[in-house]
Amino acid sequence: MSNIPDIDAKGATRKGRTGFVLTQSGRKVIWAWSFLALPIVFYSWIRFYPTLSAFWISFTDWDLLRPATFVGIANYQKLFADPIFWKVFGNTFAYLIIGTPISLLLSFTIAYFLDRVTFMHSFLRALYFLPFLTTAAAMAWVWRWFYQPIPIGVINGILSNLHIPAQQFLRSPAQALPSIMVTGIWAGLGFQIIIFMAGLRAIPSTYYEAARIDGLGEWAILRKITLPLLKPTTVFLVVFSSIGFLRIFDQVYNMTSNDPGGPLNSTKPLVMMIYQTAFSSFDMGYAAAQTVVLFMILLAVSLGQLFVLRNR
Amino acid sequence: MRKGFLLASLVAGVSFMALSSAQAVEIEYWQYVFETRVNAMDQLIANFEKANPDITVKQVTFPYADYQTKVIASQAGGNGPDVLQFFYGWLDKFQQGGVLQPLDSAMFPTDAIEADFFPIVSAIKRDGAYYGLPTAVRSLALFYNKKLLDEAGVQPPTTLDELIDVATKTTKTDGGGNITSEGLTMDMAGQDHQWWREVLVRQMGGEPYDADGNVAYDSDAGLKALNFYTDLQTVHKVGLTGFMDEGQAAFKAGLAAMTIDGTFRLGAFRPISDFEWGVVELPANAEGVRSNYASYFANGIGSSATGEKKAAAEKFLAYISSAEAMQVWLDVVGELPARREAALTEANLADPIFAPFLKGLEYAHTTTFVDEAAQRQGAIDMVNRVLLENQDPKASLDQAAAAEQAIIDAAKK
Amino acid sequence: MADMTAYGAELPANRKRIRPGLILTWTVLLLGGLLMVTPLLYMFSTSLKSAGQVYDLRLIPLAPSFDNYIKVLSDGRFMRWFANSTLVATTVTLSNVFFDSLVGYTLAKFEFRGRYFIFLAILSTLMIPTEMLVIPWYLMSSQLGWLDSYWGIMFPGMMTAFGTFLMKQFFETVPDDFLEAARIDGLNEFEIWWKVAMPLVMPAISALAIFTFLGNWTAFFWPLIVTTSKELYTLPVGLSSFAVEQSIQWEMIMTGAALATIPTLVVFLVLQRFIVRGVMLAGLKG
Repeated sequence: MSNIPDIDAKGATRKGRTGFVLTQSGRKVIWAWSFLALPIVFYSWIRFYPTLSAFWISFTDWDLLRPATFVGIANYQKLFADPIFWKVFGNTFAYLIIGTPISLLLSFTIAYFLDRVTFMHSFLRALYFLPFLTTAAAMAWVWRWFYQPIPIGVINGILSNLHIPAQQFLRSPAQALPSIMVTGIWAGLGFQIIIFMAGLRAIPSTYYEAARIDGLGEWAILRKITLPLLKPTTVFLVVFSSIGFLRIFDQVYNMTSNDPGGPLNSTKPLVMMIYQTAFSSFDMGYAAAQTVVLFMILLAVSLGQLFVLRNR
Repeated sequence: MRKGFLLASLVAGVSFMALSSAQAVEIEYWQYVFETRVNAMDQLIANFEKANPDITVKQVTFPYADYQTKVIASQAGGNGPDVLQFFYGWLDKFQQGGVLQPLDSAMFPTDAIEADFFPIVSAIKRDGAYYGLPTAVRSLALFYNKKLLDEAGVQPPTTLDELIDVATKTTKTDGGGNITSEGLTMDMAGQDHQWWREVLVRQMGGEPYDADGNVAYDSDAGLKALNFYTDLQTVHKVGLTGFMDEGQAAFKAGLAAMTIDGTFRLGAFRPISDFEWGVVELPANAEGVRSNYASYFANGIGSSATGEKKAAAEKFLAYISSAEAMQVWLDVVGELPARREAALTEANLADPIFAPFLKGLEYAHTTTFVDEAAQRQGAIDMVNRVLLENQDPKASLDQAAAAEQAIIDAAKK
Repeated sequence: MADMTAYGAELPANRKRIRPGLILTWTVLLLGGLLMVTPLLYMFSTSLKSAGQVYDLRLIPLAPSFDNYIKVLSDGRFMRWFANSTLVATTVTLSNVFFDSLVGYTLAKFEFRGRYFIFLAILSTLMIPTEMLVIPWYLMSSQLGWLDSYWGIMFPGMMTAFGTFLMKQFFETVPDDFLEAARIDGLNEFEIWWKVAMPLVMPAISALAIFTFLGNWTAFFWPLIVTTSKELYTLPVGLSSFAVEQSIQWEMIMTGAALATIPTLVVFLVLQRFIVRGVMLAGLKG
């Protein structure tokens, strides 16, 4: 902000042709700051101020009704002593740690082969991409219906025809989280495939030709050329997908609306706990502390990405 | 110029309207959106305004999910309602937050309230003062599918033993042992947690809470009640939690012979055309002990109402808790009158659907919830631990009791 | 399959080797693709069934009818939610296209003290999760009377760091000579950006627009919190409340879900190439 008087000084030197260069850059600086004025207000007011405010609220017992009082780290102590938080914490990472590798492996495999297929290529690509365009809140209800017990559930109906015992899916503490995760993977797969294909296309074909002349097999080419050159794409997708899974909410909210967060909190992610604490129990201070924890987790993941990229 | 003129006349018009309405007192009435309730209230407001031309009542509604937030946020903003509807279980939160003011005992004498209304009204009494009055109350009963009971050749049950018997005979399964039609729905997230808490625990000889409002169901009676409930699925195999997603959905689809639900479900079940259904009182235990869970929304006076607004609000509250208003409510919404004389009329007692609910009111209890959603979740989890994780029922019961006590303690702070 | 070989023969050298394996690959990919769209197919199929047929799990309905659609659309709520979502997504997209480009351009093409600081500050907001901001936003909205208003739904997304970063990357590829020539022609800086630089980065703008629109069209968390009256719900929030209200009448829920899905599918089928390219661009540069 200290540059502003500086700019004015430069702007004021505008006199005839002698001062042209200086003047022009001075004017450009004024233009630049006027272009940035509204965005600076926006980012300060809608991004930075609320961030600080969230930290502050996390140290209070604010509940919408009574004025907030400072309670120090009481909310954090309560959080770390809460077994439900640790359950939720584990769930959040389960979505991430199981979901991300599976979806990346699947999308890479599909992209790798789809890239070689030309017959009806765009039709096939469309089939994989379509789910990405759907609304998670809407598709969650479709999946919820798929997972119902007999006599209404589609999957159990098929299992029963194959004489396989019916599964509980969303009603089972063990199966509910994977069941919801499948819908998350399903919805994100199309995007990842497209990005992987773009990454594959960006690898110059001369690399492959050279490798073939050297007599490398398909597997060796994949390992020694394709995968290393795809590293930036892969890192991007790992982070993108991780953040997506860390913030999963729409599916869980809609698929377990009658026992929010699944049986015995088996599907509840951190964002769901935040939502319930803030907008169902109105315990804003406690909820803010949970958002700070989420922030720290995301920060760690993002910094991890920077670290990996540095080492490239 | 023309724009300016238009603007000026608009301003003039608006201020004129404001002036003319200033002669009458305008009060705001808040409730949540539920079509029949809003319609009933429109009728009541029209009647009231006809009788009191100097008062106008503006009805403001919000979706149920946001209603509490709205009330609380408006309180913080200082523009709260004059009269508002609230669930009895929210009273502590609203009272502590200064949303409500106690009723003036000169206008609403305590002994008259206690003589005229069903006893459950005492749940909105604090330190000798009432904070509101209900128009209607709701209670539970057992709904049964006549077609399925007839097919099995059984009559609706009157005792818990008969309940199991009838449920067993009406349950249908496929070759793989999967239930295709339930005998009795099992849905703790629905009304079963109330049935367990206020009915089964008492029928097994216990009390869900002690006189101070602390958890008391971690007893033999509580354990028996829990076992009775989970046995329905594990031993008798007459129901399955999560079947058709919700108990009421299973009943509505004709895939459950019986379900326990409240008066508020009548509207959803009335359009059923595939089968006839009936209602009976909740089953008694072997000694004939019955219980029921009743709940209600009360109307209270907002703390910001003072002076002539307060006087108008009191008049309006008196009207909407009168016997006349209750009849309108019963006709339009289908909820039971909160005054005995309005409820226990010959016509109502002869009504095959209303009668079981009304009889239930005489021996009904209410639970003083501090955080209804969280306490309900505790009951859901207690049953899930037994059914899904095979936890020992005693351990699960104790865990639920401890968790609920913690919620109660946190609210008392 | 004969077609396939013929088609394949015209391919560039490194991608055209036709082996029996390719036919197998193609078949497996087709089956996988069909599996991917199965939920959509079932959704549409069930939306055409009557309540009694829902339990019958065949994919092609016995007596398809649009009755459910008529029922769902008759009370006008879905149309309203559709209009709300369109309004919100369009406004936010326009705002992002304008401001993200403007800021991206300024950061890419202007020299001034504090530029790097501003860039880092904006970029750092990428690390702040929306979930952390919703409580302060909610408080702010309630104090300013923004709860339950279109502006309340839209304000958090009017500018994004992602869009700014993306646009900056693209503007950096625009040669300075072009801008200098315009400057000599007497255009002011705003005109140079709007008339000269913007047309040069149209692919990036369309990528940004697609992403922003799709993101706002499907957004659920914040609209769920900030809207309270049904008239202001966006399509996803409306659908969710509709589904709960229908108390598990699956054919009605599937109809609602289908209505929420159809618009994006139609747009995709019309603009497939364009959208896929946009997503690739945004993904690679972003």
